Parts: sequence; C-alpha cells; structure tokens
Amino acid sequence: MKYMLMMNTMKIGQGVPGWPQKDLQAHIGFMMGLNQELHERGELVSAEGLSFPDQAKLVRASSNGRPITDGIFPESKEFLAGFWIIDVDSPERAYDIAARISAAPGPGGAPLNLPIELRPVMSGPPPDML
Amino acid sequence: MSKPWDAASEQLLRELAPQVLGSVARRFHDFAAAEDAAQEAMIAAFRQWPQEGVPDNPRGWLIQVACRRMTDQLRSEIARRDRETAVAAEAETFSPTLEIEVDMDPDDTLILLFMCCHPALTPSSAIALTLRAVGGLTTAEIANAFLVPEATMAQRISRAKQTIKASGVPFRLLSPNERLERLPAVLHVLYLIFSEGYVSSTGSHLQRLDLAREAIRLTRNTKTLLPANPEVEGLLALMLLTDARRTARTGPDEELIPLDKQDRTLWDRAEISEGVELLTAALSKASVGLYQLQAAIAAVHDEAERVEDTDWPQILALYELLKRVAPSPMVTLNHAIAAAMVHGPARGFELLTALDGDPRLAGHYRLHAVRAHLLEKMGDHEAAIKHYRIAAARTTSMPERNYLIGQAALLTGD
Repeated sequence: MKYMLMMNTMKIGQGVPGWPQKDLQAHIGFMMGLNQELHERGELVSAEGLSFPDQAKLVRASSNGRPITDGIFPESKEFLAGFWIIDVDSPERAYDIAARISAAPGPGGAPLNLPIELRPVMSGPPPDML
Repeated sequence: MSKPWDAASEQLLRELAPQVLGSVARRFHDFAAAEDAAQEAMIAAFRQWPQEGVPDNPRGWLIQVACRRMTDQLRSEIARRDRETAVAAEAETFSPTLEIEVDMDPDDTLILLFMCCHPALTPSSAIALTLRAVGGLTTAEIANAFLVPEATMAQRISRAKQTIKASGVPFRLLSPNERLERLPAVLHVLYLIFSEGYVSSTGSHLQRLDLAREAIRLTRNTKTLLPANPEVEGLLALMLLTDARRTARTGPDEELIPLDKQDRTLWDRAEISEGVELLTAALSKASVGLYQLQAAIAAVHDEAERVEDTDWPQILALYELLKRVAPSPMVTLNHAIAAAMVHGPARGFELLTALDGDPRLAGHYRLHAVRAHLLEKMGDHEAAIKHYRIAAARTTSMPERNYLIGQAALLTGD
C-alpha cells in the first residue's frame, strides 16, 4: 500500500536558513541516509524537497483561460517543504517511517518532532474480492 | 537454425524461466546469484530472439547464457579476492552445452515456488520474487505493474533474496508434509497477485502488465505441479470465475459496475465453464477449503443468467460454511449481505451489529458501504446517504470512491 508523507516548512525564524552549518549538515545527512535506507528496502517510490515558499506562485485561469500569477505570502501560512511516496506492507510501517522523519535532527541535534501528514494514495484493494 | 519470433515465443520464454533458474541454482548452489544470471539470460533473449529468431533449443540457449554469466561473475569474484588459480580453472572447465539436456528436473519450478513464497518474506517481497523467478517477468515489468520505479522493485527483489539466503533455505524439494504445511502461504501469494491485477484492471492504468492473467498462468502451472490438490483447483477456479466478469465490471468511463447491474452477456463463458469444471472436480475430493468455497460462491453468481435468477439461499449456505472454515470479518460482512437477500435487508442490517466491536473492521469503508446499501433497501435514504459518504471518504480505491459518491448523489436526487 502506498502512502504520501508530507512535511511542512518550519515557522519563520526557526527554519533551516538560520541553523549553524554543523546542524544543517547533520539534518541533510539524516534525510539522505533515511532515503537511502528506504530505497534499499524497496519501499521508496519517490521523494522530493520543494523550493522555499519565496518561489511559490498562486495561479488561476483568467476569463480567457490565460494564467494569472500572484505572489504568495510566506508569513501567512504553512507550506509544504517536501514529500515522500512510499510503498509499504502495512500502515504501521508507514507510521514508523513518518515518526523517523518527524524526529529528524534540528539545531543542536535535538529531534525536531515536526508533524508529518500521512495520506493513503488511492490505489486500494478491489471492492468485490475477499 | 531458428524459428521466427511470435506471440507464443514470449509465453515459451516465460515458461522456461524457472527451469533455467532451477538448473543454474542447483549447479552453482547459489540461488541469489543464479536468479540474477537467469534474469540476465531472459533479458538477452528478449533482446535477441525477436531479431534473430527463437533458437532450436531455447532452454539450452538460456541455460548456457545464464551459466556464462555465473562463471564470469565467479571469475571476477575470484580475481577480486585474489584466490588460487585452481578454483578459477575449475570454473573455466565447465562446459554447459553437453550437460544441459540431462539437467532438466520438472521439480525445479516447484522448489522455486515454495522458496519464493517463503514465510520469512513480507507479502510484497514474496510477490515480486515469485513473479520474477517463477513467472519469468523482468524487474521493469513488475515495477510497472505495481507503479513503482524499477530501482525500487530491484531493491525489493534483491532484499528478498538476501532474506532467503540468510534464512538458509536449501534448494531442495520439500517433503509432502512440509509442502502441505506451506501450501497456504503459496496460494495466498498467488491470490494476492490476482487481486492486485483485479484492482489495476480498472482505472487509468491500461498500460500495466496484466497481473490477473499472470496469476492465472502461475496457478495453472502450480496445478500441473501439484495435480489433484483440491485447494489449488479451488483457487484456480476462483480466479477464472472472477476474471470471467472482467469486461462487464467497468463501464465506458472506467466506472465500476456492481454485480447486480452488469451486462451478463459480456461474461466470459469459456472461463466460467472451465472454472465450474475445476470446482466440481475439487469439491468431489475430501476436504472443503477456503478457496473452493469462495469459488463455489462465485460460480453460483456466474451461473445465474439474470440477476433475479441468483440462488441466494445457496450463497447464504456457502457463506455459513465459509464462516466455519475460515472465519473473518469480511466473511461475516458478506454473509450479512447474503442473509439480506434471503431474509430481507433488516435481517442483514441486524447481523452487521456483530461487527461493530471488531477492531479488524472498525471504521472500514466496506462496513459503511454495506450499511448504506441495506439502509437504501429499507427506505431510509437519509441514513443511507450518510453511510455512502462515510464509505466514500474512507476507501482508498478511486473507482470505488466514485461509485459510492454516485450512489449518494442518486439518493439525494442530484
């Protein structure tokens, strides 16, 4: 079963841009190691980190169908920082992975304990079997 | 000398895959490495045969290529470890062509099947390894079928082989008793492959490999290897009797069409009669198992020309038997549906209360979907809409979600 795990950006002022180099490197190293482990276990479908919210745009179609782009306001809400799509044998395994991500090291190496949103991907079991 | 490549050649290649692997694994006493070598031989054949034609002795060709890979690998391994040249020479003297013909053992495929469905493996690993080692599929094809990257599937397979290696399973035929004990795990893996294929046959995944067909093929082969086993026959019958409805179960926009609304003229008569025949043979034997009973239920549905001809009392009796042989909340749920068809929706609804405290089904969309359906029949549309919507929010199947939202919409008159 496939799940998407989503991690939001941290609050303004707490995000990675303000971290000491050593802590930043430990954080990146942790994420790389985790992705490598998920890959080796044959569980990783994909993982992407997203650009900082400064580069995000809101797009709507205008009356003639052309795009209208708008800046967004990073201060106002939470933003998706990155996501993983995993394919695992049980929901419990997905929760374990999410908890690992949540405990990624932050400043001073302390676990961040960020909330990780977990959503099943719509590829579930057939309706009239079993 | 060779034959031109045609549709049957691909089939032949897949049938030969486990024989090649078996032969190489036995010769080199290394299942994991042999599996890689056999896979490479398969890929080489897929590349060469369509252009050059199918060789006269296709199995010999594959074994020879696989053995060459093995010796190459062995040699580089030896070079790497800087071992005695004597060992390298031993690998060198091996001449595959002469020994191939006497080296054919029909039990190889059976050994492989039980090995790939080893209880130490997780279901997804067992499925992947079975499709590759026994089914002769390439990693790319399996990855495509499960919509994961090829590298992910390659890792899953390699990990599965490591697990087998670590658990020290020898490459040998199991005793009849061991086989009996381990057969349910094997059948479960085949069943999972089928049901995975059954999901993917709807939705926007038409380019995917047909896993339901692969499962039927593998189960057919298993039946040849374990003749007259009633549960193997039962499983094959269940697959055929379910697969027979394949074209009728989705509409032009890939929407789900439930059993009672299907155009039964679209059902595959040949699959139904083969399924029924198998089932009849299986049921005449001593024990009645899980798959035979499910197949029997599928057969009762398939044999009704119109939905109103369905013999619900018989289906109800079969579910009662199934509740005793293999109790599970899903069986209880389906039993309640059958009871509703025989004794009215209120009776079915009443039976569902038994499931309320069951943690295995707590909050499961199916329970809400069935409740909604029975409430609709009882005329309580408001409550039915509520349960259809809860079910829609909880299912992880896209066609199912669309169907459930549609049912709620019909009742609201939208």
